[in-house]
Amino acid sequence: MLSNYIKIAWKVLLRHPFYTFITLFGISLTLTVLMVLTSFLDHLFGTHYPETKRDRSLYVMQMMQMDSGRTSRNSGPMSFRFLTEYAKSLKTVERVTICTFVNSSNAYVGSQKIKLNTKFTDADFWEVTDFDFLEGKPYNDQNIANSDQIVVITDDFKKHYFGNTNESVIGKDVEIENLHYRVIGVVKGSPVTRPFTYADVYYPYTAPKSNYQRTGMRGNYVAILLAKKKSDLKTVQAEFQSHIARIPLPGVQDGFKFAVLEVKSEPYLENFLGTLMDGNKGIKTVFFGVLAFIMLMLMGLPAINLVNVNVSRIMERASEIGIRKAFGAPIRTLMWQFIIENIFITFLGGGIALILTLIVIQLINSSGMIAYADLTINVNVFLISLLVCLVFGLLSGVVPALRMSKLNIAEALKS
Amino acid sequence: MINLTNIEKVYRTSSIETLALNNINLNIHKGEFVSIMGPSGCGKSTLLNIMGLLDEPSKGTVELDGQRVASYRDKELAHLRNQKIGFIFQSFHLINDLSVVDNVEIPLLYRSTNGKPRQAYAKEALEKVGLSNRTKHFPKQLSGGQKQRVAIARAIVGKPEIILADEPTGNLDSAMGNEIMNILQSLNNEGATIVMVTHDESMAKRTHRLIRLFDGTQVQ
Repeated sequence: MLSNYIKIAWKVLLRHPFYTFITLFGISLTLTVLMVLTSFLDHLFGTHYPETKRDRSLYVMQMMQMDSGRTSRNSGPMSFRFLTEYAKSLKTVERVTICTFVNSSNAYVGSQKIKLNTKFTDADFWEVTDFDFLEGKPYNDQNIANSDQIVVITDDFKKHYFGNTNESVIGKDVEIENLHYRVIGVVKGSPVTRPFTYADVYYPYTAPKSNYQRTGMRGNYVAILLAKKKSDLKTVQAEFQSHIARIPLPGVQDGFKFAVLEVKSEPYLENFLGTLMDGNKGIKTVFFGVLAFIMLMLMGLPAINLVNVNVSRIMERASEIGIRKAFGAPIRTLMWQFIIENIFITFLGGGIALILTLIVIQLINSSGMIAYADLTINVNVFLISLLVCLVFGLLSGVVPALRMSKLNIAEALKS
Repeated sequence: MINLTNIEKVYRTSSIETLALNNINLNIHKGEFVSIMGPSGCGKSTLLNIMGLLDEPSKGTVELDGQRVASYRDKELAHLRNQKIGFIFQSFHLINDLSVVDNVEIPLLYRSTNGKPRQAYAKEALEKVGLSNRTKHFPKQLSGGQKQRVAIARAIVGKPEIILADEPTGNLDSAMGNEIMNILQSLNNEGATIVMVTHDESMAKRTHRLIRLFDGTQVQ
């Protein structure tokens, strides 16, 4: 039965190549957009290199201070001292790293200026993250205690600074902002879309210009709290909040008198959305609501179009429907035939879309638009794509199938 | 086998009401070969469609093997058509996208017969109509007579008790028409009940009984 349906679907496709092209073009383009979008969202929010422990990490990105009337506020990253006191001291975590976000610097190779992004981190940074060391090793607490003038660089920076060399650069000297550092390790870089780990050069926080000794609550540091296991996230959050609650209020920061202090430790997605949407409650619901709406629109409009194309194409097959009914096909069986045919065509479009998506992803990854972009079609993306194909097939197949299966047999045979 | 009582069929549009069949009373007995004749538009095909459960009468009752079908739902009607009736149409109504054997298999698809036996039955039916060497062909590669023989194979593949043929020789030349008629007669000899609509007196003469319609009314 199934092979008969698929055989028919295939023949119907071959009957009008132009219609088929339009249909498949519409389906595959829509599904490509959806798959690339899904892949990009997975790239942004999924657990990927070097943040392979993201699913059991909490991110502390900013502090918000407000006056008693909540009319003025002051927000941004925190000082190293603050995070050491309130985050490093947590008991329920496996590890905590404190690092800066991304800072800009310049280095010179001869007279050529290289713009680069740098990051000051503690030694735990290399434990909380999962960087691949292509050469050398990370700095440790001893290096930090000794205030060693050392750096870990990315393979990309190595290429720019030392040229295309296969030789190890461990122990070699790099000059950044007129200061000399010894390269201790070379890592495969992190994409720019992962700001907690992205940089070209990583310094120990005791390196010059890190401002780690700055007093007060505010500064230029953030933290990642790594829980022992995923189920511990709530416990860690609760402990961190209890630490924050110990801070006496009201307080004064750089002349700003604040009565309210908010510092959140959140999973990556919430942290990202919270930053985008200014900490609104229910942001996750809003975000996924908007995303679902966009996806539905992206699928719904072409699906409606496909319904029209399908209805007019199925009208040509009225005689076939009449014959099948005359020889004993019940309405339900015929409906399934058309739905299965449509799903088959959608999956055909899905197959094309998968190839197109792979090409688009490859282009994005190799274009350099996003440094170290690693967009992929992983199991999640693939399963979502399959589901999308199925929904799309059903959306565009049910209406024509319903109309056709209810056709009067005698009328259908006359056509 | 088929009992029609006080059958009336009215086609209604917003402005016109057409009486296609008027007070038809008819019994078709098991093993009969009956022909229906009449001028174009007199309701022959409508009558055949009602007998074959392809259309509903506006009034009257249809009984098949003593069962009144008026209250039957789509699934039950489909089952009855599938088990008891085989159709042959003037314009063959083959599915051009399917091969000859796939076309013949259609009635068996709705009986959940498995692939291999299904194909074997289809080939057997094609052999019966002398087309066993054309199983992989497509309808477009066949002549009119061959197409009609495929249609007959499709009608008999499920071994139905009743064959309803709507002008089966209408699109064929006389030689081919005779061949088709021979096949129908041999099927009737094997026990099938056949009702055939025709315009051809010579074909009608070869059947057991002739029913004449005029303007929707039975005149003979």
